[in-house]
Amino acid sequence: MKRINRSIWGNIIVIIVLTIVAIFMALPLVYSIMNAFKPLDELFLFPPRLFVRRPTLKNFTDLFYLMSNSFVPFSRYLFNSIFISLVSTFGHVMIASMAAYPLAKHRFPGSRFLFNLVVFSLMFSGYVTNIPRFIIMAKLRLLDTYFSLILPYIGATLGLFLMKQFMEQIPDSYIESARIDGANEFKIWWYVVMPNVKPAWLTLILFAFRDTWNDTYTPALYLHNEAMKPFSLALTYIQQGGFVRAGAAAAAAILMMLPSLIIFILTQSNVVETMKSAGIKE
Amino acid sequence: MKEKIRNLWKEVKKNKESYFLLLPYFILFFTFVVIPVIVGIILSFTNYNIIQAPRFVGWNNYKRLFLEDDVFLIALQNTFKFALITGPLSYFACLFFAWLINELPPKIRSVLTLLYYAPALSSAIFFIWTYIFSGDVYGLLNGFLMNLGIIKEPIYWLQDSRINLYVLMVVQLWMSLGTSFLAFIAGFQTIDRSLYEAAAVDGIRNRWQELWYITLPSMKPQLIFGAIMQVTSSFAVADISAQLIGFPSPLYSAHTIVLHMWDYGSIRYEMGYASAIAVILFLITVGINQGVRRIIRPD
Repeated sequence: MKRINRSIWGNIIVIIVLTIVAIFMALPLVYSIMNAFKPLDELFLFPPRLFVRRPTLKNFTDLFYLMSNSFVPFSRYLFNSIFISLVSTFGHVMIASMAAYPLAKHRFPGSRFLFNLVVFSLMFSGYVTNIPRFIIMAKLRLLDTYFSLILPYIGATLGLFLMKQFMEQIPDSYIESARIDGANEFKIWWYVVMPNVKPAWLTLILFAFRDTWNDTYTPALYLHNEAMKPFSLALTYIQQGGFVRAGAAAAAAILMMLPSLIIFILTQSNVVETMKSAGIKE
Repeated sequence: MKEKIRNLWKEVKKNKESYFLLLPYFILFFTFVVIPVIVGIILSFTNYNIIQAPRFVGWNNYKRLFLEDDVFLIALQNTFKFALITGPLSYFACLFFAWLINELPPKIRSVLTLLYYAPALSSAIFFIWTYIFSGDVYGLLNGFLMNLGIIKEPIYWLQDSRINLYVLMVVQLWMSLGTSFLAFIAGFQTIDRSLYEAAAVDGIRNRWQELWYITLPSMKPQLIFGAIMQVTSSFAVADISAQLIGFPSPLYSAHTIVLHMWDYGSIRYEMGYASAIAVILFLITVGINQGVRRIIRPD
């Protein structure tokens, strides 16, 4: 293939720029990983050092000790987080893709209107709806239940949007031939459409999991019962604990990041494929 | 008219399977997104403290916001300052780095993607900036600068009301290569390679021309999607301000619209007033998003 090449100097500049930015992006991450393994005296050394000299696991054991001595046991927070994240991620992926299929492939009264409504709601942040949502939760008597977190996550907008954009690329002939074979729309969605958009729902798993796992705002709003609260919320309390807990807080941040990171690495190649079709088409 | 309704009903009945598939999602979507927006707009014209029934007060909340509430005006100013600087910067950073990364060999590309995307992956990790920007000599940045002899006294990065908003911008930029960054990387990869060959024949001379005349026009959908995500998130900044600088911040120097809403909604229980703040935020982001869409897609 014929393609214009950059000059050698151009290449060198690109490499230098990318490296400098990579260092800027990585430095805080490296620093927090290092901090998680630093003993207390190294954390407050002057002049401060980036790298750890005598690595220790004490911060992690401190963290577990701190959390096991709290009012609610550590395992309960972890269970809450895992339960909420898994159920809402699964629910969102299922229900959003179920709705995305007809929006992408069927023509029926209201389909354009409904999709435009979803695009419109992408345009403002979730904070806008928080107060009325809180009141609706209270009226539905869902406050202080897992449902108060799970149901809104399932009805989130990004997933429907991504799935619809991706499903539009499936050739109509696939769907037609399934219909001729006598499959109903539900079966077509499950056996024809879903396997063809595997990268899309893998991506969606990453985004949905990241958002639910990291969320501290909504749990703080809807949950008052300590035993219902997720890991993320418990960790912010530790992070606010000041100097004594600096090591434990760094350890906590690492633990918090790990699941999303693993999912990202597992899905990365697929993520890129999905995002090709993201975008707003009118 | 009657004929029309009958036809519509026929259409609806014919497509009942489609509606059946839509139902679960849209029940939740309407309950937790559409109805709250409508309820929020209605509540913004009332006084409501959750315990007593809402009382209609007309435009009073809005009048109070713009005429009496100095803190809100500070929040508005801060939010705009923040969004107008970080929004475009991070949008173009996403685009620029996606463009550069895209041309690298696959292995290096995936390592750099991970590295650039990692800060956006977890909200717990930005906490580390409190140590880097710590106002005493144990802060990494202060220690580093004092070691080099650039400064003699530690700088109160997060407490100094003249600079803390800018410190916040640095952290936001660090975290901002997120969803739109991935969308752009994917966008670059979908572009039809033969377009570049044709362009080279037609006299495109360098990479910049290639970017401007071929690459960008071919990925308009991703560009619009990225812009919307960017506008929405940069106007909704709150968490990093509250966690890094504190709430309320010194002299409200890092106060934002969302924090102001939070203050009245979850602390003072003035739901009507807080709803009016939410409506303003809603109007700002939707308005700017519509404007941005018009600029990127001029037709």
